[in-house]
Amino acid sequence: MKLITFAGPPSSGKTSVILKLVEAMNIASGEIGAVKFDCLTSFDNLRYQEAGIPVVTGFSGKLCPDHFFVSNIESAVEWGIKSGFKILVTESAGLCNRCSPYITGILSICVIDNLSGVNTPRKIGPMLKMADIVVVTKGDIVRQAEREVFAFNIRQVNTAARIFFINGITGQGAPMLARHLQGAREIEGLRDMKLRFTTPAAVCSYCTGEIRIGEQYQMGTMKKMEFKLPSHG
Amino acid sequence: MDKLLATVLSAPLSQILQQHPICRDFFLNLRILDINWDLPLMQALDLVDGEAISEFGLDKEMILRDFCDFLKTFGKKAEDSLAIKSVTILGGHGKTGAGEIQEFTVSIGEIVSIVGPTGSGKSRLLADIECLADGDTPTGRTILIDGRKLSDAERFDVEGRLIAQLSQNMNFVMDLTVREFLEMHAGSRLSMNVGKTIERCFACANELAGEKFTMETRVTQLSGGQSRALMIADTAYMSTSPIVLIDEIENAGIDRRQAIAILARKEKIVFISTHDPLLALSADKRIVISNGGISRILLTSDEEKSCLDSIEKLDATIFCLRNSLRSGHEITREILKGQEP
Repeated sequence: MKLITFAGPPSSGKTSVILKLVEAMNIASGEIGAVKFDCLTSFDNLRYQEAGIPVVTGFSGKLCPDHFFVSNIESAVEWGIKSGFKILVTESAGLCNRCSPYITGILSICVIDNLSGVNTPRKIGPMLKMADIVVVTKGDIVRQAEREVFAFNIRQVNTAARIFFINGITGQGAPMLARHLQGAREIEGLRDMKLRFTTPAAVCSYCTGEIRIGEQYQMGTMKKMEFKLPSHG
Repeated sequence: MDKLLATVLSAPLSQILQQHPICRDFFLNLRILDINWDLPLMQALDLVDGEAISEFGLDKEMILRDFCDFLKTFGKKAEDSLAIKSVTILGGHGKTGAGEIQEFTVSIGEIVSIVGPTGSGKSRLLADIECLADGDTPTGRTILIDGRKLSDAERFDVEGRLIAQLSQNMNFVMDLTVREFLEMHAGSRLSMNVGKTIERCFACANELAGEKFTMETRVTQLSGGQSRALMIADTAYMSTSPIVLIDEIENAGIDRRQAIAILARKEKIVFISTHDPLLALSADKRIVISNGGISRILLTSDEEKSCLDSIEKLDATIFCLRNSLRSGHEITREILKGQEP
């Protein structure tokens, strides 16, 4: 089975892109499945079901989504293999700009959209930097000049990735990426494979349910900001 | 050892910065706001807060490798324009699935207008050309360059250099001043002389626009006409792409003949979607679209060409009428006769 992981900010068009790719791949129903990692709630399972794609949705709830991803991805792959899929896609939403649910050796795709602000690619971090492929959506809404600047800023952060422009509504651009995905590696499991990047770290009192504000309630891994008083002339 | 790596290891950063001003961004992207430019990279990194670097999942060796990759990617000079000879449209189907004209080739130096009712699919044809459709758009068309399909590798290679597009779309998502926008765009095209390029763009845009704007105007505050004028100037002066796509230039309240003259300056292939008789007949050929498909292709006839002079006079009269209205004058019969008020 081939595993392809998709990550991207909420509403960047991950599900739309995946559905258009599946259309373009011309793959028989039952040969592809999806796992959606989300935080609190999601409605995309309906879209997968409409397209006849088996989907499992998991919610990280109060846990860090990346920790949630890495502790469930192996079971997701087992589910895919047992279900007889030829391709399993996973989808996770990057929330803190540090998310990077990518595994070394597994095709990793970051989806971002042209409406997210021209400097956003420079702020996203590992989710963009560590991706093999960057898909840019919603390009039809802005002009060529803006698309160019956006793509340029992506390249600043990730010089090696291939950039694909895909229209999630019409599917324009999807066939080219679909051809590219055929080269994804076949796997039988994920045991002992490694994440490309460490997940956000924090084991502190707030991780375990503390809600009170104040130094005396803070324990474990904390990081403090420095606040200098403005100098008065 | 490769030459670039050797330079990075030995040369002070300031020297590299001089050759590649963009390398300042590399450090900003890593939240390194303060670095000693007098030292070579590795020595300078020794003085940088190591914790910040580790938050990016990097160490010094990785930064060295990334920095070299960055310089390789952006160290290229703005590339020469691509030389192509022709664009061919292989027909697909209209909105009802009916077929359309099977094949139409346009050669370098030709201007082709696209006409048809609103909503008939003129913009769709431009979009098909823009993305070099490969049977993957709603029309099923295929676009050939010099008589053949580009491979995926070639598509990546020409990305952004083959086609300049002036869309109907007036949106700016970025909220920048005109100067910042032009600087950013010129920078992304690795223009060697950013200052001069943006001055030329700015002057040209103001010449085309009815109301003047300044370098400090925010792009989101520009009127439709000003915004259009800015994009025409941007396309004309920043892009060397051999194919130019123009969508409905006449609605924008700018001097459109001048605009076309600017855009079609050198040897290019120009497609203009238009409702304007003057623009349509100035083209060498015109594509007629109905119900989503290409129904006819016409050569501009001698009779049509002989009408151009009269159309131009009519157009000048309309132009005078419009200007009179705009400047708050009353309309007189004198203007209708084609005389300046």
